[in-house]
Amino acid sequence: MIGRFKLKRDYYAGGLILLLGVGAAVTGSGYKFGSLAKMGPGFLPVVLGVVLAFLGILIAGTALGSSEPDDRKFLPDSPQWFGWFCILCGPVLFIIFGTFGGMIPAIFACVFVCALGDKTATYKSSTILAASITIFGVVLFHYLLRIPFPLLRGFNL
Amino acid sequence: MISTAITDLWYGFGVALEPHNLMYCFLGVLVGNLVGVLPGMGPVATISILLPLTFGMQPVPAILMLSGVYYGAQYGGAICSILLNLPCHPPHAVTCLDGFPLTKQGKGGTALGITIIAAFIGASFGITEMIFLAPFLVSVALKFGPAEVCTLMLVGLLAGSTLAKGSPLKGIAMTVFGLLIGIVGSDIETGQPRFTFGITELFDGVEIIALALGMFGIAEFMNSINQTEAVDMRYAKVGISDMFPSKADLKLAFWPMIRGTFIGSLCALIPGTGPTIASFVSYATEKKISKTPERFGRGAIEGVACPEASTHSSVQGDFIPTMSLGIPGDTVMALLLGALIIHGIVPGPQLISQHADIFWGLIASFWIGNILLVILNVPMIGLWVKLLSIPYRYLYPSAMFFVCIGVYAANNDMFQVGETMVIGVVGYVLLRLDFHPAPILLGFVLGPRFEENFRRSLLISRGDLMTFIERPISAFFLAICVLLIGAQIYVWLRKPKILVEEKAIEAQVPISSYSELAG
Repeated sequence: MIGRFKLKRDYYAGGLILLLGVGAAVTGSGYKFGSLAKMGPGFLPVVLGVVLAFLGILIAGTALGSSEPDDRKFLPDSPQWFGWFCILCGPVLFIIFGTFGGMIPAIFACVFVCALGDKTATYKSSTILAASITIFGVVLFHYLLRIPFPLLRGFNL
Repeated sequence: MISTAITDLWYGFGVALEPHNLMYCFLGVLVGNLVGVLPGMGPVATISILLPLTFGMQPVPAILMLSGVYYGAQYGGAICSILLNLPCHPPHAVTCLDGFPLTKQGKGGTALGITIIAAFIGASFGITEMIFLAPFLVSVALKFGPAEVCTLMLVGLLAGSTLAKGSPLKGIAMTVFGLLIGIVGSDIETGQPRFTFGITELFDGVEIIALALGMFGIAEFMNSINQTEAVDMRYAKVGISDMFPSKADLKLAFWPMIRGTFIGSLCALIPGTGPTIASFVSYATEKKISKTPERFGRGAIEGVACPEASTHSSVQGDFIPTMSLGIPGDTVMALLLGALIIHGIVPGPQLISQHADIFWGLIASFWIGNILLVILNVPMIGLWVKLLSIPYRYLYPSAMFFVCIGVYAANNDMFQVGETMVIGVVGYVLLRLDFHPAPILLGFVLGPRFEENFRRSLLISRGDLMTFIERPISAFFLAICVLLIGAQIYVWLRKPKILVEEKAIEAQVPISSYSELAG
């Protein structure tokens, strides 16, 4: 992207792996390394980190060498920011409502917000889907499988 | 040898036919068939969701059920490929090539009928292979010391990462990444917490369910949201009466089935080459030896029979290295191995003798499960076809709920839900950079055992690395590793013709926005 030098995706890929490898090796070097005969807890993390960093360089290097054009971008052609946001909101709301509210609000919130991520979804369709999944989920997980998760905190249902 | 096999199998049927076990086996294949039919759901995510629910069960029904999901999904996946031209399950992607043209010609029922016969033949052979081969492998493996176990794992990891689709370098990188994730938690010998960053919840390590559901659940949904095409149901009308193939079709499909079965069973034995590769290889072979190769791609019944038989024989054969050596060949097997460990069963060569009920019960349940699947698929085909039309916008929110509650139920801990979400985002980034997440799971599951054996073998040899070369079996495994890497370099430099041909077949398979992770 700087001038005519085009950044291929594999540079990012290689860079990410290099970063992960160096990170692992540096973190791992904080633990006792030991010797080959008596390995400490830091031995494998450091070795694997170095190997990973080396692989990262190789990945970026082979991308440099190959002449095949790679015009695919990191982001897909039509990034679904709203969709991704909704999907990730699902577990977050599940945690919040599950901790403070209980199983019923957690299921409803999770399914409702996830369903909104679809282009064709409306508030009405998402509510109906969330309500039916909630009923199904409560029957299956509370009454049949009996997982320890109160339906509504503070109420003894 | 045959008489002991029959006695053991008899015992296995006794285990598998206990009403309790039979019920869970049925439940497993039913759920498997269901997720196989549904575009956008795969066996990996399903098994991970079901795994925490088996914690309260006995190990035998738990393993029977989880395995049932895997092979049950293969029966369902073919329906999706043949009737809708949607390759949502990688092992069945190649079936689209001839299956969908047959459907357009109004012969979709015949194709499905042939598929079920091919599946049953393939699976039966795979099971038979397991009965005879697994005890033999065990008798060899019982002689292994830590050095041999260590190098064998290396073979498994290398094969798993280089033989799968995509760039082998990236595959190896993902394996190493998986090994590193496996290190997270307290060190087994010294208790030193590693890579925990002070988070107490991570002291026990990363939860396998969180890893699998993050990578194969959340990342997958992020990949396919709003990208799915409208499902074309025009041709998907099949009744029971259409399912019985004519004599001519059967005759045409018979030898391809046998060849496919054979190729599949071979592929199952090479770690890393699971059902997907088996189906592509067998399709290519069949096209090559056919007298009328031009019929392929336009509705040749052989093009359905051969890859399907090969997929199913490979699926059953996949269990061999997992159950006898404790070395999984692909993601699903890695997950099952994780399930065994959670249930307190140490995988490895001692499994068959120590837990004969699991091993022989599992084999017997394969037969029962496959018969149940044939029964489920023929009369209920109309129901499965109806399920095909469930839109993705209803599916993924429900699946997200199952992911959340499944992860929560594993430890009754909300932390794991957050962990899954973070892994999902990481998984999606890796996916966009063309990294395949399957080797991560493989590395993760084998990691702790690899480290333990590596340490032990060097402790025995007093730090002498030559121990891996001096011991003949371990040297042999190392030679295979070198061969694997050498082959990859050769392919990279020379680009042999065979691979170009396989690429050509792959290019013909319709691209589905349902990601390729499901298998």
